[in-house]
Amino acid sequence: MQVSTDTVWQWLSEVPDPEIPVISLTDLGIIRDVSWDEDTLVVTVTPTYTGCPATSVINLDIETKLRSCGIDDLRLEQKLTPAWTTDWLTAEGREKLRQYGIAPPAEEQAQRGGGTDARVARLTGLKNLVVACPRCGSQNTEKISQFGSTPCKAAYRCRACLEPFDYFKCH
Amino acid sequence: MVTRSEHIASDILFEWLLRRGDTALILGHRVSEWCGHAPVLEEDIALANIALDLIGQSRLWLGYAGEVEDKGRGENELAYLRDAWHFRNVLLAEQPNGDFGNTLMRQFLIDAWQDALLEALKSSADERIAEIAVKAGKEVAYHLDRSSDLVIRLGDGTPESHRRMQDALDTLWPYVGEMFVADAVDEAMAEAGLAPDPQTLKPGWEETVAAVFKQATLTQPQSDFAHKGGLTGRHSEHLGHLLSEMQFLQRAYPGATW
Ligand SMILES: [Zn+2]
Repeated sequence: MQVSTDTVWQWLSEVPDPEIPVISLTDLGIIRDVSWDEDTLVVTVTPTYTGCPATSVINLDIETKLRSCGIDDLRLEQKLTPAWTTDWLTAEGREKLRQYGIAPPAEEQAQRGGGTDARVARLTGLKNLVVACPRCGSQNTEKISQFGSTPCKAAYRCRACLEPFDYFKCH
Repeated sequence: MVTRSEHIASDILFEWLLRRGDTALILGHRVSEWCGHAPVLEEDIALANIALDLIGQSRLWLGYAGEVEDKGRGENELAYLRDAWHFRNVLLAEQPNGDFGNTLMRQFLIDAWQDALLEALKSSADERIAEIAVKAGKEVAYHLDRSSDLVIRLGDGTPESHRRMQDALDTLWPYVGEMFVADAVDEAMAEAGLAPDPQTLKPGWEETVAAVFKQATLTQPQSDFAHKGGLTGRHSEHLGHLLSEMQFLQRAYPGATW
């Protein structure tokens, strides 16, 4: 008998992200679909970043989990559209990140765009992003580097409590 | 999913996809050469991550190119088993790293071009091209934020950093023209609604780079002399050296896998 897709979603919510184990793959928002193709369970996954080295580990973790739950016939598919942005992170996932010491993405920042003026203003540094320190909540923080310990994070420093922290960057 | 474009001869589409995939691959490899050598740890990590993004983008383009060609070659065969004259990257991407300033200037000039190109490709009539453009476009926009910021900080920095950035700009400028030249492949792609004519990207690109150079107190060279040939497989000697390193494993141990 086929298990329901709700049950499969539940199982997948127990699989931690390999690089930030405090959140699950479903918190991260990269599982796009779970469905049955006759007797085959199809799980559709979207990559966070195209070169993310964790992608193959994530696929392996999904397969390992589902096999341990008794699913023998399964297929993983990759889907690029709609592209993942940090807006796909669940509210629960954001809170887990903050408690773990990683500043969650500023919600409205995932949407880029605007005309040439907006782009030039951004590129020439007239508009800066406000990121609150996950430790003390101060907004008096500064960016150290646009990239941090993994492709999905940037490095920041809090000027109030002086602690460095990771910021889950927006795309 | 229907992805294979019906609007154009497959050899033309294949050629055009190689230009995208090879430019990302070769620039990504160049940037990866900094791994362990950057001036500070944060930059080392940033460069390695940018290289990863570019190599990831290359996989999407070359994967599609392999499907379009339909001769059993995938992303790995295309990346590791072709020789220099079969590569279709712009010459700017293969230029040696030089100093940190030169690497950043090369990145900025290409990021600003890719940003404009990918934005236009989001409305390609080929849905596979459009979805790759959306995905890669987000990453390139982020890279452009970073490269612009550093070009400004170093250009408008110390006398030495300013001199190095101006030298880099003067050295690399003769390679920017190639990014905006249209040949028969580009014309066919534009005709079919699959890609923009590269010439149409130039005004937006010029606006971006001029604004950044102004903030960076750098002087944009006036010459419009342009080295060309990368897009049709005529490369500088630098590419052969790059490939001998990048392809070493497959050359020494053909068919090796993890
Ligand atoms: Zn703090």
